[in-house]
Amino acid sequence: MGMTGPSGIGKSILLKALADILPHQGEIFLGEIESQMIPAPQWRRKVALLPAESQWWCDTVGEHFKIFDETLFGQLGFEQKVMGWQISHLSSGEKQRLACIRLLINQPEALLLDEPTANLDKDNQANLESLISDYQKKYQIPVIWISHDKAQLERVCQQLLVLNKENYKLRPLTGAQL
Amino acid sequence: MIHLTPWDLVIASSMIILLAITSLLLQLNIARQLTIAAIRNVIQLLLIGYILKLIFNTSNLFLLASIATIMLLVAGYEINARQKYPLKRWVGFKIGTSALFLSSFSMVLLTLMVIVAPTPWYSPQYAIPLLGMLLGNTMNGISLGMDKLNQSVYQQRAIIEQRLMLGQTYQEAIKEIRTESIRTGMIPIINSMAIAGLVSLPGMMTGQILSGTPPVEAVKYQILIFFLIASGTGFGIMLAVWMIAKRMFDERQRLDLAILKIK
Repeated sequence: MGMTGPSGIGKSILLKALADILPHQGEIFLGEIESQMIPAPQWRRKVALLPAESQWWCDTVGEHFKIFDETLFGQLGFEQKVMGWQISHLSSGEKQRLACIRLLINQPEALLLDEPTANLDKDNQANLESLISDYQKKYQIPVIWISHDKAQLERVCQQLLVLNKENYKLRPLTGAQL
Repeated sequence: MIHLTPWDLVIASSMIILLAITSLLLQLNIARQLTIAAIRNVIQLLLIGYILKLIFNTSNLFLLASIATIMLLVAGYEINARQKYPLKRWVGFKIGTSALFLSSFSMVLLTLMVIVAPTPWYSPQYAIPLLGMLLGNTMNGISLGMDKLNQSVYQQRAIIEQRLMLGQTYQEAIKEIRTESIRTGMIPIINSMAIAGLVSLPGMMTGQILSGTPPVEAVKYQILIFFLIASGTGFGIMLAVWMIAKRMFDERQRLDLAILKIK
């Protein structure tokens, strides 16, 4: 499902609430499981949120990964030597791609993506889109994708949630509808 | 022992006044705090001098307990003064006081009942100076550790949230900050233990030597005090950091900084 709407409408807040990182009302189900039924860290590994701006706490890339998954890294154009790179030398695009790999390595059961390709060039954008779509097809999981790029939403989503000040609309996306 | 006259102290105080004037001229913003601290120092110490003189003649457990309580409450309050990102007043006081109480009081009790063991064990001549040294040093350590913890968590809140999003528990997400905070609080006491005797002669030992105690006796007491302060400080900081860190997250392990008083 795609999600779009003007800035400040609460798209990112909604994703954070779904990941149970912000206090919220109502219930969130993933299959049979309600978010409060399992410990929060476990829920967040299942319902994985990729924030618009990724954060890194150690000095090198490798310290943020338990394992090196050759296919995942390879699909976004990285080789093994990336593990030794300094975080401070990464471009915002590299950070965004690495953050995506870091998220998928946890093998989540739902993906919440907050403008995952905002800093990427056309090629990398296409690579990331197909990586996500492969993952989605392989595990048959729900994906919520925030974007301001209508062409992209058309490519990657089956339904679109449009948030506005007054209301919200959920509509199916069948090619030419945007 | 040579007794000091009021005039001797006036000469010493002129140095403080000189420092205050210099810092005013250089706009260092410490003149006010320095002056207040110096004046408080004189009043508080004179007061405790007379109180000690009074109670040394009576070994009254109730009187001692009241004085110990006052000392504890003041130290618990002072822990939270002068913090960059202080805790809200009541929470900060509660956490500071309980960490101080558990660490300092248990060290002092151990000393009074097992190690030095004066008769009676609550003899004020031993109990009050020991408690004072323990509380003062532990307070410093806890205060430094808390300052580091609150500041780091506040400044790195985006990183902590990111780590939570990746499914880390709150303990994992603040592990490094917690370690660093405990280390920061322990630096002063570790430093002073390491250089004692080589660079500095510790205050208590100096005092005992000035008043005529044989040096080796004074040294033994100083070693005892160092060990007590280091353990008291260490356990006190760990307790405080653990209690604060726990309260910075809600029941669903979300970062919740409502505990901080943010100006």
